[in-house]
Amino acid sequence: MLEQTVQYILSGLTIGSIYAIAAIGYNIIYNATGIINFAQGEFIMVGAMTAITLSAFLPLPLAILFAVIITALLGALIEICCIRWLDRPSVLRMIIITIGLSILIREAALHIWDEKVRSLRFFTGNEVSSVSVFGAHISPQVLWVLGICALIVVLLNVFFKYTLTGRSIRACSSDKMAASLCGINTRNMVTLSFMLSGAIGALAGCVISPITQTQYDCGTHLAIKGFAVAVFGGLGNSMAAVAAGLIVGLLETFSITVMPLAYTDAISIAILLLVLFFRPSGLFGNREAGRLKEF
Amino acid sequence: MKIFKILGVTLLSMGMAISLSCAKKPAPQQVVKIGALFSVTGPASFLGAPEAKTVQMLVDQINMAGGVKGAKLEAVIKDTKGDPENAISFAKQLIEEEKVFAIIGPSTSGETMKIKNLCEEAKVLLVSCAAAEVIVNPLAKYVFKVPQKDSQAAIKIFETMKKMGISKIGVVSSNTGFGNAGKEQLEKLAPENSITILISEVYDKTATDLTGVLAKLKSKKVQAVVNWSIEPAQAIVAKNMKQLKMGVPLFQSHGFGNIRYVKEAGEAGEGIIFPCGRLLVADLLPADHPQKSVLTKYKTDYEAKYQEDVSTFGGHAYDALMVLVKSMETAGLDKEQVRMALENLKGFAGTGGVFNFSADDHNGLGLDAFEMLTVKDGKFALLEQK
Repeated sequence: MLEQTVQYILSGLTIGSIYAIAAIGYNIIYNATGIINFAQGEFIMVGAMTAITLSAFLPLPLAILFAVIITALLGALIEICCIRWLDRPSVLRMIIITIGLSILIREAALHIWDEKVRSLRFFTGNEVSSVSVFGAHISPQVLWVLGICALIVVLLNVFFKYTLTGRSIRACSSDKMAASLCGINTRNMVTLSFMLSGAIGALAGCVISPITQTQYDCGTHLAIKGFAVAVFGGLGNSMAAVAAGLIVGLLETFSITVMPLAYTDAISIAILLLVLFFRPSGLFGNREAGRLKEF
Repeated sequence: MKIFKILGVTLLSMGMAISLSCAKKPAPQQVVKIGALFSVTGPASFLGAPEAKTVQMLVDQINMAGGVKGAKLEAVIKDTKGDPENAISFAKQLIEEEKVFAIIGPSTSGETMKIKNLCEEAKVLLVSCAAAEVIVNPLAKYVFKVPQKDSQAAIKIFETMKKMGISKIGVVSSNTGFGNAGKEQLEKLAPENSITILISEVYDKTATDLTGVLAKLKSKKVQAVVNWSIEPAQAIVAKNMKQLKMGVPLFQSHGFGNIRYVKEAGEAGEGIIFPCGRLLVADLLPADHPQKSVLTKYKTDYEAKYQEDVSTFGGHAYDALMVLVKSMETAGLDKEQVRMALENLKGFAGTGGVFNFSADDHNGLGLDAFEMLTVKDGKFALLEQK
């Protein structure tokens, strides 16, 4: 019995870690601009696909590094081409632009690569290796995902709290006018946040690719779940996103024990709705801060 | 009076023009249009893309060799993108505007079912490349299909299980037309094959990790797992089972017949057992096997022309077109006659098996069309049965 419970917890962590790492990326652009970037799922896909292509002739760490850089540049390109020249755009307009971009990137990926599924190789071990915990098993790749999640969250917190650039990004989010009066180049800060978001998306894509496999349209699914989890935790808070991701993963897995698998999505979405009814700012969000936000 | 004169001259010249044009071409080359509906792009592109390529290649080959009964073939290929709505409008277009002789495809069962009645009412032959049993059962006079049936795949799996001493199994399937049809057949046929399905679960086709549901299967102490889907999740199931150290064999449906998924599953793919047509193991067949020459010719032609691995799905398009051509060769170019000839076609060796059509079997394949395959050293191999 213990073994089974542990096994369900580990399975929940596996799914939860995927949701969590997909959710983190949303928060950065949200923190800088107050908008949700619906092309975040496509950053994940592009990062993973680029790394897979590069890993054919580069060692794995280098392939991932280049994939992260390339996706960050893609993020910058998107911001410079489609967002920067807009004069005080409304939230709705920005959202529709990012949705359009996500479709554009997906179709471009279909032409650059193809419709076939592929995956990055496992960081340690291979498809069949697993780590035993109390007689239950988990893929070592999940530990990588959790580890990188933790690393990203810690680094982001340090960046946003203790560096001048990080604090400038947060200032832009709070009040663009005041920030620019203080001498912050708000436009550059937004570009930077898109780059950062692209980089984190790409890293997430690379680390989950051995588990989830990657194809041109896998971003949409991850984006929906990631977005739900980000809202669930409270938008703008990376630590909350990770916690929320793991909670949703565990909930889904334990729901499997009592009812058919087909209902898991319904359950997680129902819980999400309940949380939003009673705590619109998310599980760990600050109510006061939530009310001040435009969206 | 003048007007009559002009009219007369016009009529005369028109008549001359017609007789002249007839005289110019003493035996006009007849063109027979064959409509083809394939999901060349979209989510089912791994079915439709090789199918469209195969039809194009075969039509070129047939025309080079002088056509069928002196007539040239013309393939009118439409891309449905896997959408049943597109299939309906393209089918109407093919029947009403292009006035095609017959239609081959669509690639998926859902699309085929949408246009089944359409073709039946228009009395246009439809040779489907989709698998579901409902396409030919209940029977429609003008509707045929060439891929093997789900029920036969299920029976083949159960027979293999019995030989291996397996009686208690768990089933997982994807929430697609293919997955649901397979799940239904497995559940229907299990009792008469003395197999007990302890648990049957459906997963979303975009599933990214299935350790949770497999842990549930493991806790029920199943002796084997059957997975029924056509999605990349087939590789995820294999990986997750090995990661959970389940230590029981994994059976997959005939949807696993794509080497891409074997590569995806890597080491976890070793030992997967699944029923499949013989195209993937053409090299391993004995030289006197009736399908040997057909399979090796199609495989070498396709791989030489398109530089990619052959798949069973392209093979379905081969069968669909060739049974049609074969019937046209026996019955001429009359639609009704060809339909009769197709219904009576016997002993035709295609890529899916040896076809024996009859008035109440519009699929024509028996249990022997399937071979049980396994994965060995990253390649497909025949399963050695004890």
